[in-house]
Amino acid sequence: MLATKEYEDIEKKVLQGERLSREDGIRLFHCHDLAWLGALADHVRQEKCGDIVYYNVNCHVNLTNICTSHCEFCAFGRDAGDKGAYAMTKEQAIGLVREALKDPDMGGLHVVSGLHPTWSFEQYLGILQALHEEFPQLYLKGFTGVEITHFAKISGLSVREVLEKLKAAGLKAIAGGGAEILSDRVRQELCPNKATAEEWLNVARTAHQLGIPTNASMLYGHIETLEERVDHLLKLRNLQDETHGFQTFICFPFLPKHTKLGQRIKQTSMWDDLRTMAIARLMLDNFRNIKAYWVMLTVPVAQVALGFGANDIDGTIHKENIMHDAGAESPRGLSEDTIIRIIKEAGRVPALCDCNFNIIRTID
Amino acid sequence: MRITPEQGEKMLRTGDPIELGAQADAERARRFGNTVTFIVDRNINYTNVCVNECKFCAFFRRQGHKDAYLLDYDTILQKVQETVDAGGTQVMIQGGLYPDLGLAWYEKMLRLIKEKFPGITIHSFTATEIQHFARQEGISILDTLKRLQAAGLDSLPGGGAEILDDAVRRRVSPKKIMTDDWLNVMRTAHSIGMESTATMVIGFGETMAQRIAHMEKIRQLQEETGGFRAFITWTFQPGHTALGGEKTSAWDYMKTLAVTRLYMDNIAHIQGSWVTQGERIGQLTLGFGADDLGSIMLEENVVRAAGTSYDMSIRKMVNLIQGAGRDAAQRNTTYDVIKRF
Repeated sequence: MLATKEYEDIEKKVLQGERLSREDGIRLFHCHDLAWLGALADHVRQEKCGDIVYYNVNCHVNLTNICTSHCEFCAFGRDAGDKGAYAMTKEQAIGLVREALKDPDMGGLHVVSGLHPTWSFEQYLGILQALHEEFPQLYLKGFTGVEITHFAKISGLSVREVLEKLKAAGLKAIAGGGAEILSDRVRQELCPNKATAEEWLNVARTAHQLGIPTNASMLYGHIETLEERVDHLLKLRNLQDETHGFQTFICFPFLPKHTKLGQRIKQTSMWDDLRTMAIARLMLDNFRNIKAYWVMLTVPVAQVALGFGANDIDGTIHKENIMHDAGAESPRGLSEDTIIRIIKEAGRVPALCDCNFNIIRTID
Repeated sequence: MRITPEQGEKMLRTGDPIELGAQADAERARRFGNTVTFIVDRNINYTNVCVNECKFCAFFRRQGHKDAYLLDYDTILQKVQETVDAGGTQVMIQGGLYPDLGLAWYEKMLRLIKEKFPGITIHSFTATEIQHFARQEGISILDTLKRLQAAGLDSLPGGGAEILDDAVRRRVSPKKIMTDDWLNVMRTAHSIGMESTATMVIGFGETMAQRIAHMEKIRQLQEETGGFRAFITWTFQPGHTALGGEKTSAWDYMKTLAVTRLYMDNIAHIQGSWVTQGERIGQLTLGFGADDLGSIMLEENVVRAAGTSYDMSIRKMVNLIQGAGRDAAQRNTTYDVIKRF
């Protein structure tokens, strides 16, 4: 490849399949040779998962935006009396999904919501159960480590017990959000009212032990240092060594619009987004899938990200809310045809999958 | 070793944009180290009346249309004044092909600008306009260019080249000048010491072979004259145009940009386009072979009319360049650095 002298040792390690160290990760974040980083990450992607790019036809269901967390990076959460605050009934949630089912390929739901101050765990569970009973054909992915930690607290159950109940109610996989940066320094400043780093990791670990796969994510581009990004990746890598339960890793660049934090922090550059994607691919050597989440990256960046280590482009989504409250400039949903075109233009093979990455069909 | 047209076409068809990008970036670094330049200038679109009616254009109006306009000298001078006030060093005066203005109208405009603002560089009129002026005036391209040069025209922007393939041109802009005309204007301008840039617009449904043929024609002319300072790739903006269609993907644009750096080996500067791509992809071009991000563009009516509207300031531009780990520098029209940040 084309490494400058300075990074030859890292390139050699990667090409020989050797694990990168914390120091390597930090050095990569100081490398300005973006195309080289991309080429290296792309090489790893090619070796590990070939030319298939996963997507799914899915629908986001955000049961409520009323949330006690008040995270500084969020533009979605509201207090109960605020303008635009909502909390869905079971019937409304079913109605939303029924509408989305007009798409005959609809395969799964992504259910992520605020930490409602008065809802009990049984209410969340009840809606999940109702969705599962009404739409048994749909794969249910939902709830982040933050929500599950919250459910354990408000119900007095253990995390394991909460997860067992969710699994029994039809949950097939757990969403990757809420990891933010797994550093208590950062969490104390930005989101002190929700799961700590250890709590988030504990939900993932417990879920994996119960055979429930989860996703992992990183929200970057706010107050974290580059070292904290690397440490975050290492925490995920260590847990993955232990459990192998993470399915995909998602990079979330912080979107500042309409957030409290956005008053002092600007949006990440595309440069940062792509190098972070590439470095995640290189550091997370035990993750099979890296997602280019088009909602936050925008469609053109997500497409380019397919050359920077990503092999997963998320789904059609139907109607995205959380990031659009924070000023996301992408469409709220994409048609399956558009997703297929984006992937094919990048010279890859689109594969429709369920939320556990089982391929339903590949599109030649 | 020079890339052959066959090799170039293969790169465009089957090359991997990231690997091509890495090669193009290495070539950029070899030539320019860590410096990335931009220019502060203003587009002055003196008229939107145009007899050409290109299908990819959303800017033109027929004469007599309620939105048709022609700026008077005072308004133009005012715009130049604002450019100078904003720290600009160049004006890019371009307009539609107005049916009945004599060459004297343009000469007078240039003279007035130079009298009042001797320090400003007039980088203006595309080859299409030059040919139109010559026809209207009934004189040769050479004489037209000489008269404009004497009146103060410094250099020519490279617009209007689109894809230098007559089959493509007949389809998308049948009334516009053809391939040889464009090349002839450039050759003639270079022959009197008037340098220019060159452009390519992709996304008209042209083939990769047609793109390479375009690049090859410009590369050959450059061998002959050496008068092209920069090569710029734009993407066709389908919004509000008769041609319509899908916008070229970022993937295609990045790959093509990288190939231009490698293929156009006798043109120094490769410009990334934040105007047609937005600032995010614009920034990315700096890792794919571009050493320049063009202009702040205090005004860009043409692109805006097609539904793409991005705004840029010096601060934003510097942040964009520094965010890519490069050293930002303001340049003049001849690519000399005049200020570092």
